[in-house]
Amino acid sequence: MADSKDFTAGIDSNAKKSPRRIVFITRRTSAQVKTDSEDQVQSFPEVLFRAAVAIQVLAIALVWVSLVFNAPLEGLADPSHTPNPAKAPWYFLGLQEMLHYFPPVVAGVLVPGLVVFALIVIPYFKVNIEADGLFLKDRQKRLRIFYLIATGLSLFLLFFKVYAALVPTLIVAGVMLLAAQSSPQSSSALRRYLAARPLSYWVMTWFLFELVVLTAIGTFFRGPGWAWVWPWQGS
Amino acid sequence: MAITKTIDQYFDDLRSTRVWRSVFRSGTGSSTLHRALAIQQNVFLHLFSTKVRARMLGFSATWYLGTLTLGTFLILVATGIPLMFYYHPSAPQAYADTKDLQFVVSSGLFLRNLHRWSAHAMVFLVFAHMFKVFYRGAYRTPREFNWVIGIVLLLITLLLSYTGYLLPWDQLAYWAITVGSNIASAVPVMGNKIHFMLLGGNAVNANALLRFYVLHCMILPLTAMFFVAIHFWRIRKDGGLYSHASEPATLRTNAAGSDTAAKEAQ
Repeated sequence: MADSKDFTAGIDSNAKKSPRRIVFITRRTSAQVKTDSEDQVQSFPEVLFRAAVAIQVLAIALVWVSLVFNAPLEGLADPSHTPNPAKAPWYFLGLQEMLHYFPPVVAGVLVPGLVVFALIVIPYFKVNIEADGLFLKDRQKRLRIFYLIATGLSLFLLFFKVYAALVPTLIVAGVMLLAAQSSPQSSSALRRYLAARPLSYWVMTWFLFELVVLTAIGTFFRGPGWAWVWPWQGS
Repeated sequence: MAITKTIDQYFDDLRSTRVWRSVFRSGTGSSTLHRALAIQQNVFLHLFSTKVRARMLGFSATWYLGTLTLGTFLILVATGIPLMFYYHPSAPQAYADTKDLQFVVSSGLFLRNLHRWSAHAMVFLVFAHMFKVFYRGAYRTPREFNWVIGIVLLLITLLLSYTGYLLPWDQLAYWAITVGSNIASAVPVMGNKIHFMLLGGNAVNANALLRFYVLHCMILPLTAMFFVAIHFWRIRKDGGLYSHASEPATLRTNAAGSDTAAKEAQ
């Protein structure tokens, strides 16, 4: 069936005479072939029905909350009478807590601006795509960088007396140290899990932790003059 | 069995009526083709894919956070429109209208409660959705841009909630917006100009109320719908909901070790 070859293989440096076509197949650009077909269901009615049920359950829960709890309504807006403390909506109280420590240009403009920018660029940075455990490669070098950044950040927060942000930072740093001392062969499932966490996981978890802690403090633990109060002390 | 009709049969009868068939293009029948057409031939539903991976229906895959966020948005539109019937965006009438909603309008208190709690729920759900997507690694190629649209929607959601916060025109609203808008003054060089443009004055006043009302009821909801449509459509275009185990092998090796996603997908 196969005819005898009418060409010979060889290397020729004259590109005009014998052009060569070379295909480069790299990991990043190779054709995306679906390896296996898996079970699929029809969106109608399977998915639509489930979505409808989920929304119904949510609606019932919200209706119940609305029947039991009334939305707050205070006196008529009065520019001459400032309540103490004047609080922003709850989702901005993390920011307002930051404003307590840093000048507005830092806490109100720089930090949120950087956060939004960082969130937007997440998918475009390789550090967020590659998902190897942080300390599994270049262990010594990465540990040094980690110590440098963790210490620097902690000292910075300590210097400005931002204990509210310092404590979550130290806790996350502590867990990261545990991760550094763990390996995928550890006997404990938790340590195997921690060892496999990539850098992006740690950064995001630190951010989430700070967000929750600062927002909670701003919401529940701040009273007149933005002084610390316990929730049960009332205001 | 022949005597009692099931709900399904009634529904089938309904779908075969002339009126129904004139409205919906997909026709009757429950074959796979007709079910696919029910999605594909509908201007709203065609944003979604006709088929979904079975494993993505499990609660743990998504926690249904995106769906629930849409649910809060629908509730907010449904309660927001009747609230607008009873509301004048002028000071101090806005406060009197809110008081009327509390005490005079039938079910006004309930409407306002539902609108407010749903708004809080939406902000919370948008954040939860974002973190869930992040931890599943669902922002990876080719879904980068849908992640960016998601961040835009997060900001729109915050703005929607923030502009709505002022509308009752009570002390809580007034001072929360004062605290928040003062941050805008801190922007270098342009700060005071931005602050003035936002409020239509140097302090929160009747102009600010009108601006926030227009933003809250017109501009921001329409912008949100615009981006939500792209957000949904991109899910289909980018290959459906992200499931690590369903990714092409090349992408999977790039993300080797992200076993959270793998575990969740199973």
